[in-house]
Amino acid sequence: MFDYVWLLVAFPAAGAALLLTWGKESDRFGHLIATVASALSFVWGLVLFIGLLGRDGDDRSITDSLFTWFSSGAFHVEMSLVFDPLSALFVLLITGVGTLIHVYSIGYMEHDERRRRFFAFLNLFIAAMLTLVLAGDYLVLFLGWEGVGLASYLLIGFWQHKPSAAAAAKKAFVVNRVGDLGMALALMLMFAQFGTTSIQLVNDSVGSASAGVATALGLLLLLGACGKSAQVPLQSWLLDAMEGPTPVSALIHAATMVTAGVYLVVRSSGVYDASEVARTAVVVVGLVTLLVGAYIGCAKDDIKKALAGSTMSQIGYMMLAAGLGPYGYAFAIFHLITHGFFKANMFLGAGSVMHGMNDDVDMRHYGALRKAMPVTFATFGLGYLAIIGFPGFSGFFSKDKIIEAALGENLWVGLAALLGAGVTAFYMTRLMAMTFFGEKRWRDEVHPHESPRVMTIPLIVLAAASVLGGLLLLGDWITDWLEPVVGHTEHHELAVPPIVISLIVTAVVAVGVAVGWFTYGARAVDDTAPTKVSPFTRAGRADLYGDAINDVVVVRPTMALARGLEWFDRRGLDAFAVGVGSRLGELAQGLRRSQTGYVRTYALGIFIGALVLTLALMAVTF
Amino acid sequence: MLTLLAATPLVGALLVTLLPRGDAAAQRRAKYVAFAVSIVALGLSLGLLAGYDVESGGYQFTVQEDWIGQLGAHYALGVNGIGLTLILLTSILTPIVILASFNDVLPGRRSANSYFAWMLVLEGLALGVFAATDVFLFYVLFEATLVPIYFLIGSYGGEGRQRAAVKFFIYNLLGGLLMLASVVGLYVVSRDAGEPSYLLSDLMALDIDGTTEKLLFVGFFAAFAIKAPLWPLHTWLPDAAKSATPGTSVLMVSVIDKVGTFGMIRWCLEIFPNASEWASPVVMVLAVISIVYGALAAIGSDDIRRLIAYTSVSHFGFIILGIFAFTTTSTAGSVLYMFNHGLSTAALFLVTGVMIARRGSASIGAFGGVQKIAPVLSGVLLVAGLSSLSLPGLAPFVSEFMVLAGTFTRSIPLATIATLGIVLAALYILIMYQRTMTGPLQPQSAVVTDLDAREVGALAPTLVLIIGLGFFPQPLLDVINPAADRVVERVGVGDPPPETGVAPPSDDDHEGGH
Repeated sequence: MFDYVWLLVAFPAAGAALLLTWGKESDRFGHLIATVASALSFVWGLVLFIGLLGRDGDDRSITDSLFTWFSSGAFHVEMSLVFDPLSALFVLLITGVGTLIHVYSIGYMEHDERRRRFFAFLNLFIAAMLTLVLAGDYLVLFLGWEGVGLASYLLIGFWQHKPSAAAAAKKAFVVNRVGDLGMALALMLMFAQFGTTSIQLVNDSVGSASAGVATALGLLLLLGACGKSAQVPLQSWLLDAMEGPTPVSALIHAATMVTAGVYLVVRSSGVYDASEVARTAVVVVGLVTLLVGAYIGCAKDDIKKALAGSTMSQIGYMMLAAGLGPYGYAFAIFHLITHGFFKANMFLGAGSVMHGMNDDVDMRHYGALRKAMPVTFATFGLGYLAIIGFPGFSGFFSKDKIIEAALGENLWVGLAALLGAGVTAFYMTRLMAMTFFGEKRWRDEVHPHESPRVMTIPLIVLAAASVLGGLLLLGDWITDWLEPVVGHTEHHELAVPPIVISLIVTAVVAVGVAVGWFTYGARAVDDTAPTKVSPFTRAGRADLYGDAINDVVVVRPTMALARGLEWFDRRGLDAFAVGVGSRLGELAQGLRRSQTGYVRTYALGIFIGALVLTLALMAVTF
Repeated sequence: MLTLLAATPLVGALLVTLLPRGDAAAQRRAKYVAFAVSIVALGLSLGLLAGYDVESGGYQFTVQEDWIGQLGAHYALGVNGIGLTLILLTSILTPIVILASFNDVLPGRRSANSYFAWMLVLEGLALGVFAATDVFLFYVLFEATLVPIYFLIGSYGGEGRQRAAVKFFIYNLLGGLLMLASVVGLYVVSRDAGEPSYLLSDLMALDIDGTTEKLLFVGFFAAFAIKAPLWPLHTWLPDAAKSATPGTSVLMVSVIDKVGTFGMIRWCLEIFPNASEWASPVVMVLAVISIVYGALAAIGSDDIRRLIAYTSVSHFGFIILGIFAFTTTSTAGSVLYMFNHGLSTAALFLVTGVMIARRGSASIGAFGGVQKIAPVLSGVLLVAGLSSLSLPGLAPFVSEFMVLAGTFTRSIPLATIATLGIVLAALYILIMYQRTMTGPLQPQSAVVTDLDAREVGALAPTLVLIIGLGFFPQPLLDVINPAADRVVERVGVGDPPPETGVAPPSDDDHEGGH
């Protein structure tokens, strides 16, 4: 029975295909089909997972080879899926959180006339994301990788009558394609070096290739990871992606798809183990993004964009951990999972708030919502405690481990990660205070109300997971579980006992919370965003000028070049053809007027031909 | 069998011309007959596929009769995996094009009979070209294809059709003349070696002196490079595509232009292997320029038909790059690419053709928000567009990746620059989609109604094949691989072995610079 790994992908893929081809009559129940498809996938994932638990550590990998995708010359690509400890965790996260978000969307998208299509795209996403994490070959992974990109494009632009949504969708796709450039080149390099793109074979043999190859592969894969996971310098699409419906932001742009870059790095542990340079690059990217994302998160008044900045920052933590090598891989995945819980929880909470506030996203129009929306408040609050790392909550364990590992690697890296924790506490407190506490700043026609049960129950489940996610670390379960995939974890001996580090982290977090509370909770919040602000705030509001830089350095020159070339092609390059051709053309046109155009043209041709021919004959027989 | 296949559309064309003309009923009858003939041809070529022995590969269904003894010209036909693939493409696309062109508004009082008859003539000639195994026969058929296209553009196209038709004709005729010179040259060489013969098998056995081989190669290559079209010889294509009807564009770009890349493999590589190797560094550079240049020009285009023509310049760049990289993977990839590009470009030309006909303008700026009133049309455009940007899961991805991977083993810099094409492709497709389909519905595009049943029927097969071949290209590759293998063997460069454990292949040890 364990050979049926493909069923995981088949359920949502079939759901998507069904909903996209079925007519209007399925509008009434299409969302239920999609939700059941996702749930079936979760249940099957659970069955396979339990099966895996029952096996010995070194036997925990099921390979399901479906068919030969393509084979030519030395290149052979098998459509194969691998269910192992790493992909198992992802399968449960994707289908678990995914199913909850399907349920939530039933309520959230109830009044949208294209709801069936929305659910079809959600199913398509689940199928593609599962392909990505289950792939046994990098090319199959790339299939899923681009598949989630397509789903993301379709869902960001779901309300495509809004020009901003359509533009955001296109931007996300194009920026990701820049990352794909790295992925594609990495795949080619694998083929040229190893004659295969099998994940297993590449990671096994990369050690025997030169260090330069491992470094090149590591950096190229990192470029791909930066695109998908919105890491600097390819971060700019994620904030715009908030144009999509909020369940999409929760599922794709917080819990699952954007973490695919981290997955890629961890899955390619063989490559990164073999190259110190590549690992360092991952650490640097993670660290920079961690701080940039947190900074942006502090400056946004749009609740979804504040959360998006936070997502970038938290993925930065994961990247950082993954860059630390064998010691960090498991912690990267651990934080990825807990983040999946609490960030999905908070995004859906934000959706619930928007649902009650006529889709207003400006936190300056919120305030005092804790009484109007008690369930949303309570669940969001638990997510908040988890993300800032309140002792005992899931984020406490997972972030603590990363900071501890970072300190073990390099003092400065560790301190920067510590600073990030403080900033996280600040902007999340700001968000909580502006939304749920303080005075009402609601607009006139707004009557906040709690969301229906179909939306609050997923919130409650995810809140519970946000609290309890730390249990995965109990008895080092998660590090032991992942050991067959990512290698043995050696404990760094730190100068100070871990408990001291925990205390320091908690103290820094407390400072962040206090500053946030005294700035936004204890004082009245301006009804409109102040305009006389420091250059630092302005920079944060402008996403640290990421778009402006892209625009000046890449977008405008490319577009100008394209238009110039097109003009040149019509007017310049064609001049030769028009010079030579139009002389003949005019002649031919003239001949056409005598009603026998074609034949005469041909006659003319034969004449020229005879000339060329004679010359050629002379050339050949000289 | 091959004779029957090629003759069917030609006889059908004659039949369609002889049918009564004039009123609507007569025109309708002509269309149905033409469609039926193309379906029969499709059936025959599927029969060919069924009868082709994949295991043994090589040329099958061969026919060989003496034709012009003094010249050594034969009536010789036969298909290998490459020819068979293109024959399939031709016979799949023709009925689709005929069905999609049913309601084309023809200029003046032109008769539908001749319009569809010319299409069938073109099909018959194309099938002959892909089956010919004698250079002289190939040359005659190759030049003959100019006639139906000339009339399809010049008589039935839109604005500027006559100028475009003449430009197309002159351009391609010039190429053809260069080739003619080489064809005559081949006669001389083969006569000097003994009996004159234009048979492919005899020519392959010839031992041609180096300089002569290069000269003859250039004649053939120039003709194919104009046809394919390769930068900087491509400028006839955007104009031709702009003025032709969508159906003509499909037949021209998806089918006839493939004769160029097909010819490069069949004649340049097979008869002039040494000269091909000699020319490959230059050709590969031109191909990479085509890829980037075509994509950029597509981004800069406002006319949707010119845009698609430029995307084809870019895609032909990939095909030519794969052919001249001389690896099994890239060669097989190029042949598969020819098939896939045929499908995706057909879908693009036909679906945008519907938009343009309804709106009365081909300018991207003339549309906006069409998705809202024509969801099926916009969905088809999106899938066709995504296949053009080589999204994995759709057919062109596999072939494009095979080309790139094979090229990478020859030259990392060229493969890297070519890969830029994947970013640019996303731009030209998505900008076009964004500006025509999304945003609020623009008043001027409210006239664009959704696809009707006939249009869906014509487009559906292309989409089904695009998705199907995205996941299951192997059956087609099984047909192509042995032929690709032999071509690479013929050129004699051989696949570079994987380099595990050693430094990446550096640029100076590939085949260039001989």
